[in-house]
Amino acid sequence: MERIPILKMGELLLVTIQVDMHDQLAITLQDDLTQQIVKHHAHGVLIDISSLEIVDSFIGRMIGNIAAMARMLDAETVLVGMKPAVAITLVELGMSLAGVRTALNVEKGMAMLQNSLKGKETFGRNTQG
Amino acid sequence: MAQASGVGQLIKKNEQQILEQWLALQQSAASLRADLIKDRELREQSREFLQHFTAALQEDSQNIDAPAWKPVKDLLASVSRSRASQGFTPSETAMFVFSLKQPLFDLLRKEIKDIEILGNETWVMSVLLDKLGLFTTETYQQNREIIIARQQEELLELSTPVVELWNNIVALPLIGTLDSARTQVVMESLLQKIVENEAMIAIIDITGVPTVDTLVAQHLLKTVAAARLMGADCIISGMRPQIAQTIVHLGVNLSDVITKASLADAFAVALQRTGATVIRNAVKA
Repeated sequence: MERIPILKMGELLLVTIQVDMHDQLAITLQDDLTQQIVKHHAHGVLIDISSLEIVDSFIGRMIGNIAAMARMLDAETVLVGMKPAVAITLVELGMSLAGVRTALNVEKGMAMLQNSLKGKETFGRNTQG
Repeated sequence: MAQASGVGQLIKKNEQQILEQWLALQQSAASLRADLIKDRELREQSREFLQHFTAALQEDSQNIDAPAWKPVKDLLASVSRSRASQGFTPSETAMFVFSLKQPLFDLLRKEIKDIEILGNETWVMSVLLDKLGLFTTETYQQNREIIIARQQEELLELSTPVVELWNNIVALPLIGTLDSARTQVVMESLLQKIVENEAMIAIIDITGVPTVDTLVAQHLLKTVAAARLMGADCIISGMRPQIAQTIVHLGVNLSDVITKASLADAFAVALQRTGATVIRNAVKA
């Protein structure tokens, strides 16, 4: 079955959506990602949708849901690389994905994640030591 | 199918006379815009038209779509094009063709004695000139529409300049009211610029927006939301006191957006966010 690959990079999980999302694929991704976050104790998730050309309300909602679920599992989620057309479509559909952090590209998203992880790490060490 | 008319020959013989009569008629008409067109130009256009008209008439007196009529139609097209841009009204433009009827019919009445032939020829000429007149009006209309479309396009382009203020900071000074069509263009060009400049902050300056009603506010919020989805934060600047009052009275919720009174304030925040500082150097006296 077709799957969207989830790559582990240290504490982060990297999801790049390179194909057009259809409904089943989004549901599979949701299952896979939540399992992987728990399995790898990931603290950050980066979802790259720079190749995503078409969204509908379902995919938009799924993206929002995936980000919300990842947050509940204590993983910061950043959505990166949204195309202008996709952004306009989502806004016109009335989904502004409030609560999801966004960045322009992978580089900036990565910097954002690492910044917030740094904060967490020092906090962890301090309580341990 | 093609039917030549003897009238062509007749006109050719009396060309000068018809031209003079026609010109006199055009010049005396109340609809002549002496301020817009020179006598010499009018004479040149009329002479050329009559020439082509006579030539075409000798080939085919029925169908103005025939190839023989192409020079006539080309001339009419150029006449109505120039008149459309000179600011003539449609009837003033159409009168150019219709005013030819009188001298033409006068000539026919004088030269053709047989009442049957006279009636036939008059009818043929009348139909022909009507067709040409309609063609002129149609071309005029088309040209006006082209002009209007071009102006609208230019207006849209003019009204949505996105400028790069600093590394990763873009600004969009909005001037005029925001309707749905403009919002679409504004949003597209802003998002495009955000990608091009890798912008982190976009400042939307609404100093030039005369009124903000619920619809405009909604369009603004849409733009802000779209920019946020692209990973750029938006600041709305140029809030005038009346606008702030209106927005609160209307119950529009702008609390999720950073708003500043002036572009300078917004720029300061943007610089701070991107980690840049402005330092004043000591000025030499």
